[in-house]
Amino acid sequence: MTEQQTRERHIRLQEDSLQKETSTLNLGPTHPATHGVFQNILEMDGERVMSAESTVGYIHRAFEKIAERRPFYQVTPLTDRLNYCSSPINNMGWHLTVEKLLGVKTPKRVDYMRVIIMELARIADHLICNSVVGVDSGAFSGFLYVMQYRELIYEIYEEICGSRLTTNIGRVGGFERNFNDTVFRKLDKFLDEYPAVLKEFENLFNRNRIFIDRTVGVGAISAERALNYGFTGPNLRAAGVDYDVRVASPYSSYQDFDFQVPVGSTGDSYDRFLVRNEEMWQSMDIIRQALRKMESEPADVYHADAPEYYLPPKADVYTKMEALIWHFKIIMGEVDAPPGEVYHSVEGANGELGFYLISDGGRSAYRLHFRRPCFIYYQAYPELIQGGLLSDAIICMSSLNLIAGELDA
Amino acid sequence: MALTYDDIQQRLTEKFGAELTDFEMPYEMLTFTAPKTLNLKVLQFLYDDLNFQFLTDLTGVHYPDRKGAELAVVYHLHNLVDNIRLRMKVFTDIQDPKVYTATALFATANWMERETYDFFGIEFTGHPNLTRILNVPEMDYFPMRKEYPLEDQTRIDKDDEMFGRG
Repeated sequence: MTEQQTRERHIRLQEDSLQKETSTLNLGPTHPATHGVFQNILEMDGERVMSAESTVGYIHRAFEKIAERRPFYQVTPLTDRLNYCSSPINNMGWHLTVEKLLGVKTPKRVDYMRVIIMELARIADHLICNSVVGVDSGAFSGFLYVMQYRELIYEIYEEICGSRLTTNIGRVGGFERNFNDTVFRKLDKFLDEYPAVLKEFENLFNRNRIFIDRTVGVGAISAERALNYGFTGPNLRAAGVDYDVRVASPYSSYQDFDFQVPVGSTGDSYDRFLVRNEEMWQSMDIIRQALRKMESEPADVYHADAPEYYLPPKADVYTKMEALIWHFKIIMGEVDAPPGEVYHSVEGANGELGFYLISDGGRSAYRLHFRRPCFIYYQAYPELIQGGLLSDAIICMSSLNLIAGELDA
Repeated sequence: MALTYDDIQQRLTEKFGAELTDFEMPYEMLTFTAPKTLNLKVLQFLYDDLNFQFLTDLTGVHYPDRKGAELAVVYHLHNLVDNIRLRMKVFTDIQDPKVYTATALFATANWMERETYDFFGIEFTGHPNLTRILNVPEMDYFPMRKEYPLEDQTRIDKDDEMFGRG
């Protein structure tokens, strides 16, 4: 853009600008540094980003429309594909929403099992995000190192639901099967080994001069601005606001747990990194507490007693009349949900993940809206990177924990 | 003293009288309807006087059977100080789907309103950049409206081979 055009677009060039005009740069949609399908059209003055325009929607899959046709239990696989780094949180958020609509009460043990899985998912999500911040600033070893431990988490998912990434874990009312011994063994293994790894990961980064130089002050946002932009999750907490859905409106018995909500102060990439690291410690602590609490609950309970909504075990469907009838009714969508509208939110790994469900009493939702945290905070991205260097824009993007699947729904 | 739903309802009725209707409590969340000419005034009042300074969600709903009020804009607001949420609805005629934008109050409303426009065709008056966001710009319909059903999965006139299901 020439000087004239930049003035028209209210782009103010630096006084020491050499070229006196900007060049347009397409960052994305498929760029290895953006970790997903994000396009930004940048106006650059040399290395400096003068303005940015985001284009989203490249992988829009019309989930909200599809959900208007499917029975509730078939919506779970759609939620997998929102934030696919922590699918179990999405799955359970959806199950909790439906349970709220139906008025199903889950036993304490189910709540604790869910808490364990959701916190594992949070760790998996945070460790990816934080290690990728490292990769983008040139430190690859931390990423490779913690990746092994995500593998342990995925093995635990696998043991419970059979899949790894898009988990489709659990059902409305609880889980499809109980945790077996292998799950507990793998959980113990993870809890034994991961603290030392996370400590070492922190040693690699937290006081690393290069890392601090690259992240401090990059992509900073004030608490006031962050709230106005609808930030939630670690990004909001890094700016100093202690809002956490697990504390503000507890679900799945989070009120039984004792944990800290870490907050930052500057809202920059470094604080976001620290907040996520600390949350991983807290999550491990929550899992330990949940395991202890589970010991005093009856060990054979893994779902609510809600035959109208909870799919019966397959073996029973073949042998018991009652189970066959319920199975048929649930699959064919003959069980009507009560009409009403409900908003339920969970603390997703990158923010408040909300489900706004309107039921008209039919077999599927009349309207289902996902409040997707990263769609909401991504609009602040141009403001965050303005005036910074291009390489900082990359770090800022990865430290926001943007997941294209969730962004585009 | 923490704010309760009774207080909120009382303050709102004191300020706006009978303009606000349909106060309900579905699943323990205060819900009410505001006329579309007043939506910004109510939002501003909630923001300034009752501390509802966090816009959690903004979305649209289409009710084809409600003549003259087919489209709804639903705001979910959160008062983080007292930790209380509420839901406000604004209905509009599908022939004249214009609602004032909340972008001056909440920066976050920008993309939420673009999304609502994209899927329901609700035009937010005063929005700085009301263009499609998730769908292609060339699209000439609003896909989340109820007159566009999903494809009938039992149809047989389609060549399945083209979709890898032949």
